[in-house]
Order: sequence, then C-alpha cells, then structure tokens
Amino acid sequence: MNKRWEYWLFFAALFLAPFYLTEFRLSLLGKFLCFAIVAVGISLIWGYTGILSLGHGVYFGLGAYCMAMYLKLEASRGHLPDFMEWSGVRELPWFWKPFAHPIVAIIAAIVLPTLLAALLSYLTFKNRIQGVYFSLLSQAVVVVFVTLFIGKQEWTGGTNGLTNFSTVFGFSLSSPLTQIVLYWLTAAVLALIFVMTRRLTTGRLGKVLIAIRDAENRVRFLGFNPTVYKVFVYSLSAAFAGVAGALFVLQVGLISPEMMGIIPSIEMVLWAAVGGRHSLMGAIIGAIVMNTAKSFLSENYPDLWLLFLGALFVVVVLFVPKGLAGIYESLAAVRIKGKRGHEREARVDVS
Amino acid sequence: MKPVLMCRDVVVDFDGFRALQGVDLAVYPHEVRFLIGPNGAGKTTLLDVICGRTRATDGRVLFFSHDITQRPEYEIVQIGIARKFQSPSIFPFLTVWENMELAMRQDRRLRSVLRAKLTGEEKEMMAAQLERIGLLDERHRLAGSLSHGQKQWLEIGMQLIQRPQLLLLDEPIAGMSAAERERTGEWLHEMAEHCAVIIVEHDMDFVRRYSKQVTVMHEGKVLCEGSMDEVQQNEQVIDVYLGRGKNACCASGM
Repeated sequence: MNKRWEYWLFFAALFLAPFYLTEFRLSLLGKFLCFAIVAVGISLIWGYTGILSLGHGVYFGLGAYCMAMYLKLEASRGHLPDFMEWSGVRELPWFWKPFAHPIVAIIAAIVLPTLLAALLSYLTFKNRIQGVYFSLLSQAVVVVFVTLFIGKQEWTGGTNGLTNFSTVFGFSLSSPLTQIVLYWLTAAVLALIFVMTRRLTTGRLGKVLIAIRDAENRVRFLGFNPTVYKVFVYSLSAAFAGVAGALFVLQVGLISPEMMGIIPSIEMVLWAAVGGRHSLMGAIIGAIVMNTAKSFLSENYPDLWLLFLGALFVVVVLFVPKGLAGIYESLAAVRIKGKRGHEREARVDVS
Repeated sequence: MKPVLMCRDVVVDFDGFRALQGVDLAVYPHEVRFLIGPNGAGKTTLLDVICGRTRATDGRVLFFSHDITQRPEYEIVQIGIARKFQSPSIFPFLTVWENMELAMRQDRRLRSVLRAKLTGEEKEMMAAQLERIGLLDERHRLAGSLSHGQKQWLEIGMQLIQRPQLLLLDEPIAGMSAAERERTGEWLHEMAEHCAVIIVEHDMDFVRRYSKQVTVMHEGKVLCEGSMDEVQQNEQVIDVYLGRGKNACCASGM
C-alpha cells in the first residue's frame, strides 16, 4: 500500500495551520509538534528496537536548557541573569559563557543529549543489561538530573527553571510573526526527522533493528554487533528529543525541572503507545491527540487528567496494543482485502 | 591437511561444575563430524565455546591459524563459523526474504548497513538459496507464520547463505518429519563439499545412516573417535553409554 499521499496531506495540513488556527491554538499545536518529534524517537527505539526508555525527559530537558541559556543571556543584555543575582552570584559561571552565541547553544542542544545517551547506552548495552533493567537505569538518570537542576539554583534557576525571555536573534518572541515562523520551523524539523527516520527504518537498518528486538542473540550469531546498533538508535532518539526541547523552549518560553521529570518521561512513552509504537506516523498522531486531549481536559476538568491518563494506559495495553495506527491498519486491511503489498512498518506481536 | 578447527585442552568451569574437562578435537576440511554422548556430556557446551557464546576457562580454540578463544561472537561469525541453535531461531516479524537478507554474507558494520541496497547478484543468490530449501514461494510471508519444519529449513538456509567455513549444528532434525530428515541428511553431505560441519545429534538412526566420523563425549571429555561401527565396538563406550543399552536401550536413545 502506498501511503505516501497520506503523509503529504498530513504535512500539508500542518504547514497550512497558521491560516486556519487561532494564535492560541497554533501555539498549542507548535508545542505538540515538539512532542511529536520526541515520539518519533521513542517509536524508533521502543517499537522498532525494543528498548523502553523511561528517561527521555532528560534529553528533552537538556536540549531545552541549552536553548534557554542563550535566550536568558540575550534577555539579560550583558548583565547577569536575574535569578543569579538573587542567589548572590557575582560573575557568570564559565560554562554559561559560550551560550551567549546562539550557534553554540543550538549545537549543544543536540550534542549534549546525544553524548549523555551514548554514554548511558554504551555502558549498559555493552554489559548486556537489557529490558526492565535498562528502563530503570534510564529513569534513575532522570532523578539524578532533576535533583541536580533543582539543587544548583544559582546556575539553573532551581525549581522555577529558566524563563522571562525577550528575543531570539533580535526578533521579539512575543510577536505573532515570530511565533508563526517558529511554528513553521518546528513543522519542518518534524517533517525532516520523520522522512529521515522512515528512510532508516525502511532500509536494511530497520530490519536489523526489528531482528534485535525479536532475537538479539540470533543477530549476534549472524555476525552483527547489536551493541553498536542499539547505542546508535538510542543516541539518535536522544538527539531528536534534544532538538524538540530547543524548539519547545523557543515557543513556550519556559523550561523547568518539572518538565523533564519522571511523569513527563512516562507521558512521552504513552504518546507512542497510544499512537502505535510500531509506526512512526502513529507516534506523531499519538503525541498530537494525547496532548490535545490533555489541554482540553485540563482546561475543563483539571482534576481528571491524571485519572484519564492512567485509565487510557490500561485500555491501550489491554485492548489496543498496536494503538491508533493498529486500528487504522486493520480498517485499511479490510478496505483493500489482501491486496496489501509489502508492509513497511515495524511489525509487532499483539499477544 | 591442516585442520579447520582445533580445540586444545578446552576446560569450561561453571562455578565449580566442570562442564568440559580438557577436550581435544580436530576437524578437517569437508568433514561432517557427529558429536554424540549422553545428556550432560558437554556436547552443546563445546559448540558454545567454539562460537564464543561460552568462554573457555582454560585451553585454546584455533580456527585455521586464528586463536578465537577470546573473540566476541560476532567476530567469530565474520571469520566464517556459523551456528544453528537447537530450537529454530529466526526473526518472526521479518519476511522470509528479509531473514535471508540479514543472514547473507556482507559487511555488517553500522555504516555500511546504513547504505546497504540489494544488488541484482545478491537477489539472485538469495533466490537460488531459497529455491534449494524450498521456500522461494513463501518469500513474502512473515517467517513467524511458517511451519516448524519450514522454520528449521529457513534457519539452515540462513546459515548456508553466510557461506561459512565451519558450520555448527545442534540437533537440526529435532521436530522434523521422516521425509525432512532424509532431505537434511542428504543435504549434510552436499554441504560438506563447501565447508566442515560439526553436528550434535541424539537420533542414533540418523547418526548411523549419515555419519563417517563420530566423536563420543562423556562427562565433559572425549571418550573416543572413529566410525560408528568402531565406536560401537569400543569397550569404554559400551560401558558408559551403550552398555546401558543391554537393559535400557530406549532410555539412552540407542
């Protein structure tokens, strides 16, 4: 089945959104697209490779903080950032200085999460630590970073995080035009990452990843070194999360330790689970649908959100393990009975 | 003639349990070597040591002139030793064709896999191999949906397409029908034209029919080597293995 036109339609609808959404809704959608970028990475490592990471909040947060440091310095106009003054810091810490350059900030937002992920995954996968043990380790990293970021208030802004930005590259962040440009940038990055990941997964790499997920030992005895492949995809998904974090902070104007903690990390996994973790497009849709539901529910019934989230998780795990993408695929399969060509998504066991 | 594989005094110690207690084994090109022996004799452990799945506590394993005792599994595969496991292990959510694509001899480093595309020559080779194992018509099916026997054949095909110089088989005919067993037996000797084979097998009828050289193992040691007839005459073998056959031939599989 050729799904290409459906993808074109989807991305065209995204790019045209500024013409049919209100400013408020557009800003929400822009935020959700950042989350969708994270979800593509989660689908790659979880749906394809079988690595469940409960720590992607950290990579998202690191990317966001890198960008935020630049924005904060630009907003401070050569002075010390406000929260540092309140904490009694006299001079800008050395590691803040390079972030005065936007290019450094953007590169760091990608490189730092990637390096952290590479280090964590290399040490664990090389020693053949897998499954739930890896998930727990990735979660431990979240706790370490959140504690560190809250504790070092004079460097990170503590619980409040970094906020009160004014401009990016000299353009006002509050102007509607800047917001629309940032939205388009986010949509373009999402499209780029989607196309790139799809090319990776439809090629031989995708088959190696599925093979690792289902029978890692067999892969090893075919002469592949699974560690290299797992470290590669895990680091790549962390890079996606870092980029997403940077785009997020530009549009939302705030990053705090709370946004990189355990609950957001688990929510990221849920986006992919609800959308269908075996499908990259499913993960994107999942992130958008879940966050739309979240903002609707928290606008109208703030207390119900967490309850709904928990219930949804149970329902998806029990009844629709392949998520929205699975439902869509079964409908499509009925429609064109049997005449399906080469199914290109990661195939998962339903049991 | 230089041996393909030499095991010298290989010892495996699992926390005090000595699964192998100094095994010597030499396998020559184009040889099909059967490993037999009662349960717990260390046959599978020996295969595990050769392919790097289990590390030898002592002793050396030489593949031609390479010392492979401490090499990681994937390197051992790359230099030409293929391993088929006891239960069929294929990739259930890849098609038959994709299973073969991964098994094919190729540069298995990440950077070349990222750019890999099947060439016409490779496609022909894969199709020819699938034809030989009778799965060409099933190539677009998910491997997980094949019958047990077909999975066994697929896995054998995946070993063959690697063009190994030494093939390790662990009870390949388990769960196969009589006809499939026969095909496997014939195929074994066809295989030996291209590489050496070490095969662990419990089915004594099969061993008797298709073996030339048999190595009998017992309690982590090599008891004796020779043709099936010679081995059956050996006093020691009769004592520890066949000897039980006087009263309980079925229990020991003889």
